Amino acid sequence: MSNETNLVQRHGVKERLNHWLVAIAFVLLALSGLALFHPAFFFLTNLFGGGTWSRILHPFIGVIMFVSALALYMKFRDDNRITDADREWGRRLGSILANRTSGLPEAGKYNYAQKLLFWTLAFALPALLVTGIVIWQPYFAPGFPIWLVRLAVLVHALAAFIAILAIIVHVYAAIWTPGSLRAMMRGTVTAAWARHHHPAWYRDISKGGK
Amino acid sequence: MALQSLDVKARSATTTASPSGRQTAEVAKLIDISKCIGCKACQVACMEWNDLRDQIGHNVGVYDNPADLTAQSWTVMRYAEVELQPGKLEWLIRKDGCMHCAEPGCLKACPAPGAIVQYSNGIVDFHEENCIGCGYCITGCPFNIPRISKKDGKVYKCTLCSDRVAVGMEPACAKTCPTGAIVFGAKEDMIHHADERIADLKERGYANAGLYDPAGVGGTHVMYVLQHADQPELYRGLPKDPSISPLVGLWKGVAKPLASLALGVAVLAGFFHYVTAGPNEVKEKETEK
Repeated sequence: MSNETNLVQRHGVKERLNHWLVAIAFVLLALSGLALFHPAFFFLTNLFGGGTWSRILHPFIGVIMFVSALALYMKFRDDNRITDADREWGRRLGSILANRTSGLPEAGKYNYAQKLLFWTLAFALPALLVTGIVIWQPYFAPGFPIWLVRLAVLVHALAAFIAILAIIVHVYAAIWTPGSLRAMMRGTVTAAWARHHHPAWYRDISKGGK
Repeated sequence: MALQSLDVKARSATTTASPSGRQTAEVAKLIDISKCIGCKACQVACMEWNDLRDQIGHNVGVYDNPADLTAQSWTVMRYAEVELQPGKLEWLIRKDGCMHCAEPGCLKACPAPGAIVQYSNGIVDFHEENCIGCGYCITGCPFNIPRISKKDGKVYKCTLCSDRVAVGMEPACAKTCPTGAIVFGAKEDMIHHADERIADLKERGYANAGLYDPAGVGGTHVMYVLQHADQPELYRGLPKDPSISPLVGLWKGVAKPLASLALGVAVLAGFFHYVTAGPNEVKEKETEK
């Protein structure tokens, strides 16, 4: 394990496929959703074949995302339980962002920020599903009272805003941290990467005989 | 429908000015409920002029037919039997349809550029070729007017015969009304005409007679003369103080620009963070360890 080219497995092939299915659906949903949120983004409907097609496709992609995200939730849930060490890690966010990482509480497989992303989406996505069904034309919306549709349309926008904001941070964090994209693309990271970013996890898997 | 127009006041989902080279006088349709006999000639005229043929429905035991507005029925008579004083039955018949609000909730809620247009004469028109069928206009409307067509997924409602008005004619319903309960003209003149009718009604014992031109939506370009203007709800639920729902107001008011801005700032903040702090790399020393 002394060689930096020594690779450790971080995400299995099922996890990776599942993650990217959610990710692709999320990007399509964010683009088509923003298109109908603010006129400045309406041009994005062209990616989907126009305004009407965007409106038709968006909810179906939403269902695909929810189902695949639910599968991902089951896979990732256990590794995302928040601990006291995580909270301490969170309090040091300022120095972490300044790339001063010495003496940090040791992160497990996922650090506090990653866990917050996980739980943010774990709440936002069901909210988007439920409110999305309430405003889904022409199938479901006509069956709901108008006050509920009005509430749902606002909550849907709010939950989407939070989710998109969280994903912007998530994508940036992956760009900011070289090696993490590989973890989700190829499934492996270098031992050094694991030791540096997720020491507690690295110790666990090392002990496990890897 | 889509005629070239130079007198546009507002367009849905459009952040720049609308073509407004020509100004037209504000128009209004005045419906005097005290003069309405419920003959439904206006419904027929609306069907004829606009070439609409709703499906034949079922008699549900009341005069309302069709029972509700649909994508093919842009106006319906709503019949209410009320007894404000014991033994004195009143038959209040209201011609329901789009009110053509000065501050239209449908237009505010619509995400499709140019699908809803408000002309300087006050008419709020749907341009169905731009409609994407999302139903947001339905959430914006305080009067429960727009209806999505099951056939084409587009939303329809009364146009106030914008095509007729554009060439100097009155709406088909006003043209056909046999009792003069529906009149059409400059909004100013219609208010004046309503004042005379209200004075007459008050003389005849309707102390609360008044004009329905609700301020909560900036006034409307379809107005009613009501015998009981203090209780518009009597007229099959005509809202007393209609306004755009605060939920829709928040969504399409503050939330829309602020959330969009925040997302842009988040992307920019990430980029600038990378430029200043640099990547979160594994240190050389650690790799050699």
